[in-house]
Amino acid sequence: MTPLAALLVRDMRIAVRVGGGALMGVLFFLVVVTLTPFAIGPDLLLLKRIGPAILWLAALLASLLALDRLFAGDHDDGSLDLILMGRAPLELVVAVKGIAHWLTTGLPLVICAPLVGLLLNLDLPAEAALMLTLLVGTPALTFIGLIGAAIAVTLRRGGLLLAVIVLPLTVPALIFGVAAANAAIAGPAPFGTPFTILCALTLASLVVGPFAAAAALRQEIE
Amino acid sequence: MRLTAVELACHRGGRGVFSGVSFAVASGELLTVSGRNGAGKSSLLRMIVGLVRIAAGTLTLEGGDSELSIAEQAHYLGHQDALKGSLSVAENLRFWAGFYGLSSTDIRNPLEAIGLGALAALPAAYLSAGQRRRLSIARLVAVPRPIWLLDEPTSTLDAAAQERLADLMRAHLAGGGLIVAASHGPIGLASTQELRLGEAEA
Repeated sequence: MTPLAALLVRDMRIAVRVGGGALMGVLFFLVVVTLTPFAIGPDLLLLKRIGPAILWLAALLASLLALDRLFAGDHDDGSLDLILMGRAPLELVVAVKGIAHWLTTGLPLVICAPLVGLLLNLDLPAEAALMLTLLVGTPALTFIGLIGAAIAVTLRRGGLLLAVIVLPLTVPALIFGVAAANAAIAGPAPFGTPFTILCALTLASLVVGPFAAAAALRQEIE
Repeated sequence: MRLTAVELACHRGGRGVFSGVSFAVASGELLTVSGRNGAGKSSLLRMIVGLVRIAAGTLTLEGGDSELSIAEQAHYLGHQDALKGSLSVAENLRFWAGFYGLSSTDIRNPLEAIGLGALAALPAAYLSAGQRRRLSIARLVAVPRPIWLLDEPTSTLDAAAQERLADLMRAHLAGGGLIVAASHGPIGLASTQELRLGEAEA
């Protein structure tokens, strides 16, 4: 097994086992979205109008939930020291940890979204459009979050700092993700324009995130 | 293979920890580092693998693989065990073997060598402190790397495990490896050289 494949398998195993973050993220997402109709009431048109925004906000917070332990866990038990002594470049190590995090936290949200979308009065085409925006947009949330996770690595309770650093950076993805979903549901603006920008934001974060996070880790580890 | 340090200095948190530390260790040699608490034993070991910045001086390795850094040819056994409690003993060891580039690993032998063979399927969270230490040592056996940096290797180990560790160290030295060990007490085999830190300042 190559070093990076070994790391991917390990991180995914840890995430899905007891105490891992995978189940926590999905449950949080389901609970938040399920509570929304109870809070807002049976106004079907209103629910349909704010549905994409609620789902996107819940996905954003759920994917941040387990992120603060991404590097801190490895730092606390000394694994990070040994990872730095491996032959794999730190940038790729960080990217692989991000991929493992997305596969265990982001992807389940995308799969669950149509189920809870029913509660928000979304019909089938709207569900499909929303799923597509989440599928494309959630990797951006994870990879932007990597930077915050790396900066907060040595802090005991880094979760709050992580949220403060990361949430403002996720605003563009949030705007264009919700805009694309709304365009597909209500119109009249075209779906393509915001969706293309969302794709671009994700691609940029896939490149910038690992480099920035690796640089932050190198500074912190001293 | 020869690891040479010339006039190394270390600063931590704006404070000078040690300076003017020089040594040379060759294949088959064991260097023990001693000194009072805070003298910089751990910092010296971490400095060798690049986890602490070298404030002054040089550190060179002759006769190693010139494509690789010193850290990539070294094992570091620190105070922390680098184990994940939710993974089994075998999964923990197999990860480090895979991450350090072994494609197919026989983890049976390293675990037997350190006396953990019967616990391979147990989650690491249930291990005692000494057993966790032994699992870390199994990593050194599973992945061949010529330089071993051991920080208090015998702490938490019982007499039988200390004896096993001494055997493993002897075998490593006989196979052409070199060891730098930081320790307060005897570690079970005679050292070739000794380095005392913190004498000058004290």
